[in-house]
Amino acid sequence: MDIGLGHYLAVAAIMFSIGVFGIFVNRKNVIIILMSIELILLSVNINFVAFSVALHDLGGQVFALFVLTVAAAEAAVGLAILVVYFRNRGTIAVEDINLMKG
Amino acid sequence: MELSVLLPAMAFYVFAGAAIAFAFGVVAARNPVRSVLFLIMTFFSAAGLFVLLGAEFLAMILVMVYVGAVAVLFLFVVMMLDIDFVEMRQGFADYLPLGGLLAFILTVELIVLGASWSVSSKAEGLRQAPISGDQDNLSAFAQVLYTDYAFFLEAAGLVLLVAMIGAIVLTNFHKKGIKRQNIPAQIARKAEDGVELVDIKPGQGL
Repeated sequence: MDIGLGHYLAVAAIMFSIGVFGIFVNRKNVIIILMSIELILLSVNINFVAFSVALHDLGGQVFALFVLTVAAAEAAVGLAILVVYFRNRGTIAVEDINLMKG
Repeated sequence: MELSVLLPAMAFYVFAGAAIAFAFGVVAARNPVRSVLFLIMTFFSAAGLFVLLGAEFLAMILVMVYVGAVAVLFLFVVMMLDIDFVEMRQGFADYLPLGGLLAFILTVELIVLGASWSVSSKAEGLRQAPISGDQDNLSAFAQVLYTDYAFFLEAAGLVLLVAMIGAIVLTNFHKKGIKRQNIPAQIARKAEDGVELVDIKPGQGL
């Protein structure tokens, strides 16, 4: 019953996979894709904190804080782009995002 | 079994199970509003895991930043945009086998990787900010964050500033043909521009 590093790593691994799964199955909805990215970043943070505690090094927790910062910035800019895109095109379907003909 | 051993283990399994179940709810929910609510619960559960690990500061930051700001932002955008969510769900079943297979392989790979990994004997000497143990998490965190990582903290602040300005610039949108108050023009206006004195001759009119 002793909870160690491996348990937390397993939780983070499962959550990471759920995030990747979410990107795969929700091919049309950009909002869900952004939320899946948040899930992936959260699992990364769980890994950072688990290793930080297991190795008695605060550096991991500091890095998790920076990951959190970048995730918040990414969500803000991503949603702003989404709102502008919806205003121009009236849809947020990923397949219709082809204005730049890439 | 001793309660002091059983209780943390039980708390871990409750929070871990909740986090995984809610995370699955995020990607599988039919309604994006529910997805956002599941996301909020996922972050709450993860914050519980952080508390169990002893990273109380990050747990509180997670609740404040994610539940208080990011999730509300998501909720706002989901509710503001007028989207046909039924149409958005099309293709879910097509991608389910491939996505499920990939997710399964990824999980197995990550767990095998984690199980076969072990701490290097040199790891002890390479620590950047060793936890002493006689300090609580918050003061230990603050001591490294404002000394060793001060520049990184400022860079993180800059990232947030750029994101804020970027979001404002992207979404700021001036519609043509709407009368708006123009304060500089109002201040620059002079009495001579606004009032005209006309000397009207008697019997002639203007």
